[in-house]
Amino acid sequence: MSDRATARAETSAAPERAVTEVTARPGAKRWHIAVTLAAAVLVVALTYLLPPFRNYQFATVGAYLCVTAGLTVLTGLNGQLSLGHGALMATGAYTLALTQNALAGRGQWTLAVSTVAAIAVTTAVGAVVGLAAARLRGPYLAGLTLAVAVVVPSITSTFDKTFNSDQGLSVALDPPPLALGATFPYERWQAWLTWTGALLTMLLLANLIRSRYGRNLKAVRDDETAARLAGIDVARTQVLAFVVSAACAGLGGALFAVLAQSVSPGAFPLSLSLFLVMAIVIGGLGSLAGALWGAVLLVALPALAHSATDAIDVSPAVAQRLEGNLPLAIFGAVLIVVMLAAPGGIASLGSKAKKPLHRIHRRKGA
Amino acid sequence: MDRFVFLTFDGLSRGAVYAAFALALVLIWRAARIVNFAQGAMAVATAYAGYSVSAATGSYWLGFAVAIAGGLLLGAAVERVVMRFVDQSSPLNGVVVALGLVLVIQAVLGMIYGNEYRPAAAPFSRDAFEIGGIALLSRFDLYVFAAVASVVVLLVLLFTRTAVGLRMRAAAFAPDVSRLLGVHVGGMLTLGWALAAAVGSLAAMLVLPTELGLHPTAMDIVFVSSFTAAVVGGLDSPVGAVIGGLLVGLLLSYVSGYLGATVAPMAVLILLVVVLLGRPGGLFAKSAARTA
Repeated sequence: MSDRATARAETSAAPERAVTEVTARPGAKRWHIAVTLAAAVLVVALTYLLPPFRNYQFATVGAYLCVTAGLTVLTGLNGQLSLGHGALMATGAYTLALTQNALAGRGQWTLAVSTVAAIAVTTAVGAVVGLAAARLRGPYLAGLTLAVAVVVPSITSTFDKTFNSDQGLSVALDPPPLALGATFPYERWQAWLTWTGALLTMLLLANLIRSRYGRNLKAVRDDETAARLAGIDVARTQVLAFVVSAACAGLGGALFAVLAQSVSPGAFPLSLSLFLVMAIVIGGLGSLAGALWGAVLLVALPALAHSATDAIDVSPAVAQRLEGNLPLAIFGAVLIVVMLAAPGGIASLGSKAKKPLHRIHRRKGA
Repeated sequence: MDRFVFLTFDGLSRGAVYAAFALALVLIWRAARIVNFAQGAMAVATAYAGYSVSAATGSYWLGFAVAIAGGLLLGAAVERVVMRFVDQSSPLNGVVVALGLVLVIQAVLGMIYGNEYRPAAAPFSRDAFEIGGIALLSRFDLYVFAAVASVVVLLVLLFTRTAVGLRMRAAAFAPDVSRLLGVHVGGMLTLGWALAAAVGSLAAMLVLPTELGLHPTAMDIVFVSSFTAAVVGGLDSPVGAVIGGLLVGLLLSYVSGYLGATVAPMAVLILLVVVLLGRPGGLFAKSAARTA
């Protein structure tokens, strides 16, 4: 970059970070593939080491990871807060259940078909929500996506012939392929399935973040006007971010249906959507590593709360109340502390340089 | 026709509650530029406290007073302890912190009271009077109208006729100038939150007897309806919030009555989408406010 171009970039409103990241490493893609392969080896090794229940939890982490990775791209990199990702997961889960049951008993390949169907349908739903979302900001977007999250039980009850109301649907699934051996543990198979999805998602998103499109996402988040001046179609970028994120949520939801072997509205309450937001904020907003930490937290915290309530000597009724609510309380409290302790919160992760001067003055004067 | 009249009155009664709750949202939005997503959880927490006192003393009105006073205290506490320290450079921060509060409050309620529905008794009969063979209003509906109307009148008087109201408006409109003129801006903000939370508690006390009862998440759907009401009216407009609340109440009543109760949340979502895309500033806002 010539001196003049550098100077222009620095004086423009575009944040510094976006400028420095313009020059992506040429070997980034190969590096991502190498990391993914290494992770795959690690996953397979872990599934042989872990006992069945731990394998199931490990599989759950994989399913959550698909969703948190997609959400962190939307919220962390593009600045759009979605409280409706639980509903998108439900879309994926129900699509998988319906397709899988329609194709039941025709072999292992049906799972791939219904997973693709789940992703496709959720992507379409995400596009519709995203088209509306691209015109909205801040609390308006949050309120709209919140309404989407709340509407799930209403839809399953209204069209109860298809979705069977509150009882939900069971998912017809085949046992692990015989080629793996007759006694192949089912939990290990589940972990392989979800982590295949999770690693593919991570690989694609990592490449996407490094691409021109990923830089557009950040530019739009940091300063819409500057992004528009730089020739970026802001609305299109925002809709695309939502679509990508929805596709990931659809895959995650489909994998959840595979894990639970059933779907019901009770599995996708509003608190799930809130949990997802908490997870990516606490894990570290905008980074795929943060999404991984968030997914681990989502599985580990309830498990820890379970062991904690087992350890203290209380009546079963009290223990049940504690166990169900302790993870919520911890999540909420940690989230508030994180948001207050990191003074810039979500925005400062984008650009520290952009902080308006008058705020600093005000703080001094107060 | 009978059914239509009944649904209209039922909708207005519901709408009055949404209006009160939307008014609470608008109060905080005008004062702090934050949509308080924790308002439902805060309101239900004070309602739990109120009904606990009612159960212990046998007096609904003592519990009612406790709920409102609890709303004032909780609103002030949330502002002083949490919301004051939220960095406002991104509008998302306030939303995320409020969601954290939702989880904490709902979890604490679940730990104390359990996650099952508890009955919330109404202070008046919910059987409707019949005039000329048409069921119109119940005593409870009249109580709802009276309570919401008096809150609206009191708020109007507070903001237009008293010095404190003038200071609150000034502090919200131009904080820096107000500070120079000797207005205690921080205190006005706390007062605004306290008032809004108390109005939210009132709405919870009015709506819970008509729903399934007390539950940590009982106000989630009420919050969504009231948020829609506030958006319909324009987040900046108290008058709009009241009219929006009544409109949403009527819509929900007609949809539940003619299409089935399960369709109602979908109707709210559709209304919200249509308003946000068609007239994002709300029907009564003077200027588009969606980017604020």
